[in-house]
Amino acid sequence: MIPTPDLSHLTKNDYERVYEPAEDTFVLLDALEADADAIRALAPRLCLEIGSGTGVISTFLAQIIGTSDSFFLCTDINPHAATCTARTGSQNKVPVEPLVASLARPLTSRLGHAVDILVFNPPYVPTYDEEVDAAQRSVGISGSWAGGADGMQVTDAFLRQVDGLLSPQGRFYLVTVKQNNVPRVQEFMLKDFSLQSEIVLQRRAGREYLFVLRFVRSSNLVHTA
Amino acid sequence: MVRLITHNLLACHAKGCTTNNFPLKLTDVKLALREADFNPDFLRGFLPRVEWDALIQASREIGDTSLPVERPEMLDDDLLRQLHHVLLEIHIDEGSMTCPNCGHVYPISNGIPNMLLAEHEIW
Ligand SMILES: C[S@@+](CC[C@H](N)C(=O)[O-])C[C@H]1O[C@@H](n2cnc3c(N)ncnc32)[C@H](O)[C@@H]1O
Ligand SMILES: [Zn+2]
Repeated sequence: MIPTPDLSHLTKNDYERVYEPAEDTFVLLDALEADADAIRALAPRLCLEIGSGTGVISTFLAQIIGTSDSFFLCTDINPHAATCTARTGSQNKVPVEPLVASLARPLTSRLGHAVDILVFNPPYVPTYDEEVDAAQRSVGISGSWAGGADGMQVTDAFLRQVDGLLSPQGRFYLVTVKQNNVPRVQEFMLKDFSLQSEIVLQRRAGREYLFVLRFVRSSNLVHTA
Repeated sequence: MVRLITHNLLACHAKGCTTNNFPLKLTDVKLALREADFNPDFLRGFLPRVEWDALIQASREIGDTSLPVERPEMLDDDLLRQLHHVLLEIHIDEGSMTCPNCGHVYPISNGIPNMLLAEHEIW
């Protein structure tokens, strides 16, 4: 068991501005932990998390892989999230490097097929489209959940960038909920990008039905026992 | 906190700015040195992803001249230690990164680059 990263440096004030780890966070942590051996076996050199919030996921990933064995880059559109990510890194003695950025925008031209582990727990809650625009523009806490139609507006924008980022052996872990239409997501990634996926964990949490998807290149199917 | 390993991966993404948009020029930097665990396997594995010329340019912009101008063919221990220092131990706490093509300035404050564009379509 890898202990959950120490978040005792974050306060109620922080959680008014940054997404507080919740069931969706924990389901992703559990999925990563279940894959720990396989992730280490890849000897990943570059990990990228989109929407790092508190930074708990990238910090955990660094603890799984080994803090000096890989480079842990994070983006978040919310500047306070980037600050919290940096603080969570230092609190746990893990060098995670946060950027204030949308999706992987400033990185796509340099990270062609270079990301070994890609993770995104996106704003997945279905809302009106106007709501997602306002939330994104506010770069505040509403951006952590507002997802527009089917809760997929932000995720869809990112899904188109995944193929360009993922290294030949790379893996992409994505959190989704039932309303996101998981089969459609899987089919889209397979048809348009030949990225094969599996539901590696699913869990009911209150009103939400959470799924963690793992995508790999079709040429590189994960063999599970 | 932002280091040259990250700077080496950042390009300007302003609308229409697609050529000569890398590397971003570093100016007005405030630096801090923080020790990191030396891991030669990581450095060897990561180095293929590094643009050498951009690293040399950036390291000189922040006042470090320890790395050879030409990308070395052999990575001996000395060189790995220099690379370790330049890529991973020099932190840029404050500064500006300017696009060589369109002139857009991306600020670094408290060690965090702000790469957002003040455009309508933020995402
Ligand atoms: C559901 S929260 C997840 C936070 C954290 N990773 C976790 O699991 O606890 C979604 C995060 O994505 C960020 N986000 C929303 N839109 C984004 C965008 N366009 N680019 C980058 N991050 C974004 C939010 O600010 C928020 O921190
Ligand atoms: Zn530019």
